[in-house]
Amino acid sequence: MGQLLQFFELGEQTWHGDQRKAEEAWRTMNLIRAFEEKCIELYKQGLMGGSLHSYIGQEAVATGVCMNLNTDDYITISYRGRGQAIAKGADPYKLFAEMLGRKDGYCKGKGGPMHIACRELGILGANGIVGAGIPIAVGAALTAKNKKTGQIALTFFGDGATNQGAFHEALNLAAVLKLPVVFVCENNLYAEMTPIKHSTLNEDLAERGAAYRIPSIVVDGNDVRAVHEATKTAVDRARSGEGPTLIEAKTYRLVGHMFGDPETYRTKEEVAEWRQKEPIKRFRQVCLDEKLLDEDRLDEIQNQIYKEIDTVAKRAMEADQPGMEEIFTDVY
Amino acid sequence: MSTKRVITYAEAINEALREEMKADPNVILLGEDIGAYGGVFKVTKGLLDEFGSDRVIDTPISETGFTGAGIGAAMTGMKPVVEIMWVDFTLVAMDQILNQAAKMTYMSGGQTKVPLVIRTQGGGGRGNAAQHSQSLETMFAHVPGLKVVVPSTPYDAKGLLKSSIREECPVIFIEHKMLYNQKGEVPSEEYFIPLGQADIKREGKDVTIVSLSRMVHFCLDAARELQNEGIEAEVIDLRTLVPLDLELVKKSVQKTHRLVIVHEATRSYGWGAEVAARIQEEAFDELDAPVLRVGAEDVPIPYNLNLEKEMLPQVRDIVDAARNALYLSV
Ligand SMILES: Cc1ncc(C[n+]2csc(CCOP(=O)(O)OP(=O)(O)O)c2C)c(N)n1
Ligand SMILES: [Mg+2]
Repeated sequence: MGQLLQFFELGEQTWHGDQRKAEEAWRTMNLIRAFEEKCIELYKQGLMGGSLHSYIGQEAVATGVCMNLNTDDYITISYRGRGQAIAKGADPYKLFAEMLGRKDGYCKGKGGPMHIACRELGILGANGIVGAGIPIAVGAALTAKNKKTGQIALTFFGDGATNQGAFHEALNLAAVLKLPVVFVCENNLYAEMTPIKHSTLNEDLAERGAAYRIPSIVVDGNDVRAVHEATKTAVDRARSGEGPTLIEAKTYRLVGHMFGDPETYRTKEEVAEWRQKEPIKRFRQVCLDEKLLDEDRLDEIQNQIYKEIDTVAKRAMEADQPGMEEIFTDVY
Repeated sequence: MSTKRVITYAEAINEALREEMKADPNVILLGEDIGAYGGVFKVTKGLLDEFGSDRVIDTPISETGFTGAGIGAAMTGMKPVVEIMWVDFTLVAMDQILNQAAKMTYMSGGQTKVPLVIRTQGGGGRGNAAQHSQSLETMFAHVPGLKVVVPSTPYDAKGLLKSSIREECPVIFIEHKMLYNQKGEVPSEEYFIPLGQADIKREGKDVTIVSLSRMVHFCLDAARELQNEGIEAEVIDLRTLVPLDLELVKKSVQKTHRLVIVHEATRSYGWGAEVAARIQEEAFDELDAPVLRVGAEDVPIPYNLNLEKEMLPQVRDIVDAARNALYLSV
């Protein structure tokens, strides 16, 4: 069990002088944040149906993980999955259009916020059923192994999802079949309104991977460099045929489980504390301290992204509604 | 109904749970976020404070696990009320529900009873898309061994839930997410509504409209529109699918000779087909027109609100069907 469970520590030389990586990470994290903030605005205006589950605060996980993936690698995501979709290369216009249920959306407006999918980018789908995407990623890894394509599959899920049978069955299957799959658990400390410590006795959820003899890594999910490096090990293992890895990224969602959540289950102090440790603020400091990007460049990129998101959202708001005939297409 | 009192559907269900928990210490609740948070639809609000965490149990996200545990507890002396947050998630626990709970009494030759209630909520209308909007009551009704309750008003919800908790067999109790805030009269005195009694929600002589859950309200709206045209529709709320009160439907058809069945679930293989078949088997001579069904289109539920609305039955569709049953041009 000892070697199977690892606590990742960032090496001093990580990304040393690598401005290209720093810029990519900064860009992606800000794009996700800007996108998610805009979604809240649109939701408040009554432009969306259903519920909105924001990814704000967890941007370093999607960003750090997906920097290791190729376009044709598979991922499965959840109702909170726009962040990962963006990190995998999704077009914000098509994402907004889907959020608004428009024809130009990734799923023609028929899937909505909980069901983002884009086959071109390997995004097999977002799930409204907690944990259900995990075995599906294992199946995609089975395809990759059988066809020897060199692709891998990766699945994002929450802390709460590790209490589902589907999670456990999928892990064991992947371990036994030695499949090229990476399990990324985003432990944001809460499953809806329930603190994870009330629903599982494991201090580290990564122990659950180790229980199936899957090498499992605990990483600081608010440090984009650490997430990137830890996942790199996992992705390399998968690609070289050594089997699955589980990553537990410890993070925090800075807003409610969904829009309108009164957040009675946590204190303002706790949220304020995590705001100090939030990934974008932290990475800005890293960039400055390590002289990766200077203040002007950071601001320039950030401003440009917010402007772009504004424009794109406006365009999506003007997009056409799907035609009624779409009710009957794509059923079988 | 001496004391007139108006409360919401959610409050009525909350009262039923509270009263039954007070009446019987074996009644316990299991479910996700039902304790401190009081349930995502606020149905279990205040119950943790009143009855403590031994009886109001917040579970991990493990539907198979806690549904199965509910069955085991029911087999051995408890009376669990399991909440599955959305009916769509019952599918995660379907082996426990359909292979275990439904069959336990029969397989054991009557040695074992499973006095379990599974409370859940379904239905569309909020843009929650394909995995959070379904109407799945027929699935449960199709497997012998389960009773299925689908209430449309606060009054019915309370009286039926109290009876469900006192049943000796598993009961699937399906609420509707769009009804939680709907208000209605509920007496402050204790009452029960036995399972298997349909209710005439509106009397009429020209056409019988049979429905349940949220669609009952759509049918009542349709009946008001029809009244403007001089058509008197009788609206029957089945309230429970199993047992099915076919007698009341038959009686109504003997009067109106025309039957329209309305459900929010997809039309094909829905319970409407069962009611239609039974009526033609048992009251064929009474019918002056084919039995008609109004249901959702046979597709998953789309996210886009316009598409969703078009895909789900609307008042207009019910009015049209009633007119069709009367051979009036639509
Ligand atoms: C099978 C199933 N059960 C319950 C739910 C309701 N639900 C939606 S999100 C959620 C919490 C999930 O928590 P976690 O896995 O930690 O992910 P997070 O939301 O924190 O990203 C729950 C219980 C669901 N969607 N699916
Ligand atoms: Mg969580």
